[in-house]
Amino acid sequence: MTVVNEVIAWLTDPAQWSGPDGIPVRTLQHLWYSLLATVIAGAIALPIGVFIGHTGRGAVFAINLTNLGRAIPSLGIIILVFTLVGFGIVPVLVALIALAVPPIVTNSYIGVRSVDRDVRDAAEGMGMRGRQVLWEVELPVATPLIMAGIRTSAVQVVATATLAAFVGLGGLGRYLIDGLSQRDLAQVVGGAILVAVLSLLTELVLGRVQTLVVPEGLAERGADAAVRAKVEKAA
Amino acid sequence: MTDAPAPVLAAELIRWSWVGDHLDDIRGYLFQHVQLTVLAVLFGLLLAFPLALVAVRWPRTYSPVLGFTGVLFTIPSLALFILLIPFTGLSVRTSLIGLTIYTLLILVRNIVEGLRGVDPDVREAAQAMGYTPARQLLQVELPLALPVIMAGIRIATVTTIGLVTVTALIGQGGLGRLFIDGFTLNFTTPIVVGIVLSALLAFAADLALVGLQRQLTPWARSRGS
Repeated sequence: MTVVNEVIAWLTDPAQWSGPDGIPVRTLQHLWYSLLATVIAGAIALPIGVFIGHTGRGAVFAINLTNLGRAIPSLGIIILVFTLVGFGIVPVLVALIALAVPPIVTNSYIGVRSVDRDVRDAAEGMGMRGRQVLWEVELPVATPLIMAGIRTSAVQVVATATLAAFVGLGGLGRYLIDGLSQRDLAQVVGGAILVAVLSLLTELVLGRVQTLVVPEGLAERGADAAVRAKVEKAA
Repeated sequence: MTDAPAPVLAAELIRWSWVGDHLDDIRGYLFQHVQLTVLAVLFGLLLAFPLALVAVRWPRTYSPVLGFTGVLFTIPSLALFILLIPFTGLSVRTSLIGLTIYTLLILVRNIVEGLRGVDPDVREAAQAMGYTPARQLLQVELPLALPVIMAGIRIATVTTIGLVTVTALIGQGGLGRLFIDGFTLNFTTPIVVGIVLSALLAFAADLALVGLQRQLTPWARSRGS
């Protein structure tokens, strides 16, 4: 397997690990696009999802948004915005945000909505007002699903940030796009391995963050709710 | 007066004469898009069913199966397509294998959840009536699991329609080819046509599958669910 040897040689070449197009810089660029897009998407999607969950208004919209989002081709959005506004981070951000918003809206909606009615009643019985119920009861109870939504989005964003390279930006996608045009298989496969590893690491790290952020008493319930939500979404 | 800017923007985004001149190309891309999607979901089902049956029969295998397909699902699509190139080259097989792999997680998960959701009493009743395991699966469990399985097929289909566009970067791509055309020409019309058609295709496929599900589960209709 000469390809395997070439890929190993490419990955372990010290020249690959330094300089402006070295693996560390490309990885940081990749993470930077992803972080920026996920944070902006969260700032847009969380208030919407939580509001719909709290008030019950727009439930159909919140449930179907994730499915609608799947139908949007990210590569098309990147290229369209690129032809409209030109080179820069904007085309990639637009596409990544459009990708990340739907799962966060749907999951935070289901999280807040699925808070046990008895729990809500109890909070109101204790004299809590609408906003207090939201901040002190609904949001903490909804954290497992809210985190699940952010995690889903973040992993998709890291995977899709690969396409940034197509419109001239950096990130690990550079190795794939450059390698393809130079017919340099070692670079292409090496880059693909790096992106795959970064995506899997993102999934693992955010999974750890999720268990840390979720209030202790809710961990079990969270797992249940997540399974139920999946089945609900499916059905 | 207030809606004056809209036609200007529309004129910038889409030039209808180009669409008229390229109808044959667009039809060809659309056909390839549908073809890749249908084949990927079919192959996905062929692989997912045995995996799911194993996972239901031997529950301990479910976690590893789900974990493995989950890892495959997490690999960025462009990276997965490219990792297949050393084996299958820049061919349609590469696209098809990659697309099929992406349907596995969704399909396996929903088939297993669907079969597990069958009421144990129903299963016992079938056993008591002397159904063989195979007949019980085909005539009792699968029909009852169908709504959840169909939900999985819907998600897998819509996801695949989106992913097909990425294969444009390795030489296939269906409607995704229009993105590349627009990019090389620095011209928005093909890109808009590509985005709108692939979104419409996803929407139409989803509706068709909902219709199919209603046909296949007549008993669910009368209950109004």
